Amino acid sequence: MADVRTKQAVAGPKAFASPIARPPSAWQKGSDVAFKQLAHAFGGGVVLLLGGIVFEVMRHAQPAMARYGFGFFTSSVWDANRAQFGILAEIVGTLYTSIVALALGGFLGITVALVLSQGFVPRRMELVMKNIIELLAAIPSVVYGLWGIFVLVPAVRAPAGWLNEHFPGLPLFSTRLSGPGILPASLVLSIMILPTVTAVSREAMAAVPKRLAAAAYGLGATRWEVIFKVTLPTAIGGIFGALVLGFGRALGETMALAMLVGNANVFGWSLFSPGNTLAALLANHFPEAGGVEVGALMYAAVVLMLITLAVNALGSLLMLRTTRELKGLG
Amino acid sequence: MTQAASTPGAAVPRSSFQRSLGEPRTALNALLTALAVLLGLFAMFPLFSVLYMLLVKGAALLSPSLLSELTPGAGMDGGGIGNALLGTVVVVTVATILALPLGFMGAVYLAEYGGESKLATLVRFSGKVLTGLPSILAGVFAYAMVVVTTGSFSALAGGAAMAILMVPTVMLTSESALRAVPSKMKQAAFGMGATRAQVVLRIVVPTAMPGILTGVMLSLARAMGETAPLLFTALFSDYWFEGKLTQPIASLSVLIYNFAGSPFEHQVALAWAASLVLVSLVLVLNIVAQVATRRPEER
Repeated sequence: MADVRTKQAVAGPKAFASPIARPPSAWQKGSDVAFKQLAHAFGGGVVLLLGGIVFEVMRHAQPAMARYGFGFFTSSVWDANRAQFGILAEIVGTLYTSIVALALGGFLGITVALVLSQGFVPRRMELVMKNIIELLAAIPSVVYGLWGIFVLVPAVRAPAGWLNEHFPGLPLFSTRLSGPGILPASLVLSIMILPTVTAVSREAMAAVPKRLAAAAYGLGATRWEVIFKVTLPTAIGGIFGALVLGFGRALGETMALAMLVGNANVFGWSLFSPGNTLAALLANHFPEAGGVEVGALMYAAVVLMLITLAVNALGSLLMLRTTRELKGLG
Repeated sequence: MTQAASTPGAAVPRSSFQRSLGEPRTALNALLTALAVLLGLFAMFPLFSVLYMLLVKGAALLSPSLLSELTPGAGMDGGGIGNALLGTVVVVTVATILALPLGFMGAVYLAEYGGESKLATLVRFSGKVLTGLPSILAGVFAYAMVVVTTGSFSALAGGAAMAILMVPTVMLTSESALRAVPSKMKQAAFGMGATRAQVVLRIVVPTAMPGILTGVMLSLARAMGETAPLLFTALFSDYWFEGKLTQPIASLSVLIYNFAGSPFEHQVALAWAASLVLVSLVLVLNIVAQVATRRPEER
């Protein structure tokens, strides 16, 4: 297109009698180039922003990394006065709460996605439910934390006490729920990842070619036989991606956990014992931290960043591969 | 079906297209359907529970003075959440000013110039990664960049942290809005001798504006409720914002966090009231954005 314009420009302005269509003036060409460069610069800026975040957090964590090294991962002491720091309990607590949340929220999320994509409810109702589930993601996590403290914790106290009384031998129920703890935190987390899991896995289910399901129906399969034998196996990659993305969200979630997990630097298998997570540790200690503690917190931030980046990259990759595979089926 | 085939001598042969609930696989099908729909309804329960609690506990304190007075000290009655409301508006405004140019121009680059080039792939990948970045890490970055450098917690640091969370949403939603502009419109403009910059600024962007605004609104709604990145960047303040972005500033979300664990009943009540105000703002932004982007066949 550009060389056409230059030719026209060479032909001279007189060739263009119409005042509407004319070749760009020199100023317009200049500003065109400038705008293009500007767009490229801002595009690069987004990459630099991500790079800057990784670099800057790493740089501030460097002294603590050199000082505490690998021992940071094997100790559970967090004592600013003695300058001893370790995040073993936080790492395990982060994974534990996220896995419990994923088990609950993942199961529920996939079920909801099925209800919303396989024609269980009328089309209008489907849309209403989809919007309501999406609004779950809009509630700020600090409000979930408040709701958790005053609604969820009292509500789970009785069942938790019953489980502890009747099955004290099971490690999962071995302590009493004294208030905040792993279970309320995981429950709120599962609510928070539900919209992500639902939306992404619904997309994967909707991408399954209609004729695959139609063929199974034609053979006389019931709706759930179609779901279990055709829809779910075909969309399994995307559903797995949805779970991984939900897991990534759960790992990085901060406020609801900082308010509900109990902030105890210990780890126990009991769902009713208090614990801690990496993000909650940062939220609770950063505002008042100074000196060496800031370095240690930066180190913990690096660990959180690497874990979430890896999980998210894996999730995106899975999604990408599934959409490609399903294209071949269509 | 197998049943029908195995009893060929039955007096009235049932059509194999009809299913009776007596068949195990049909019964299982019905049972699973009922369970799934029940679970689907159950999944919506938390939202209604949260909204119900906000109305029950939060609405009691709603009054003009709630929105216009300073937060009360520990153990004191009265007061409101005025400084926090104003603070949230200030921080979100700072964040929007910082995030919009980067997100918008990034989207223009991706939709109009990048194509499938290596840089474009890298930019898009960075955007996706930033979407999944835990919000507290944005706070850690702003702490390292702004708080450590300037030596104090500030509204600017809070705004910077929030801006990082807004950039990817603005960029990715704007990109798809820009891409949805029909190429015929662009070609017509090119045919008239317009430069690409003119086409983008006069044709593509105005046409895509509703979609871009939706992205901005969604990112605003998300940013407004964020707490983690503000905890150790904007911190909190019991006083009004005095026009200085270099000082700590209050916000609704941090107020909720601080007061939720308070031993004083009145502060807890204020936390509920602040939640009601915050959630109302967020939901309004979300619903407006949802309605604006709804496709015609869904209406």
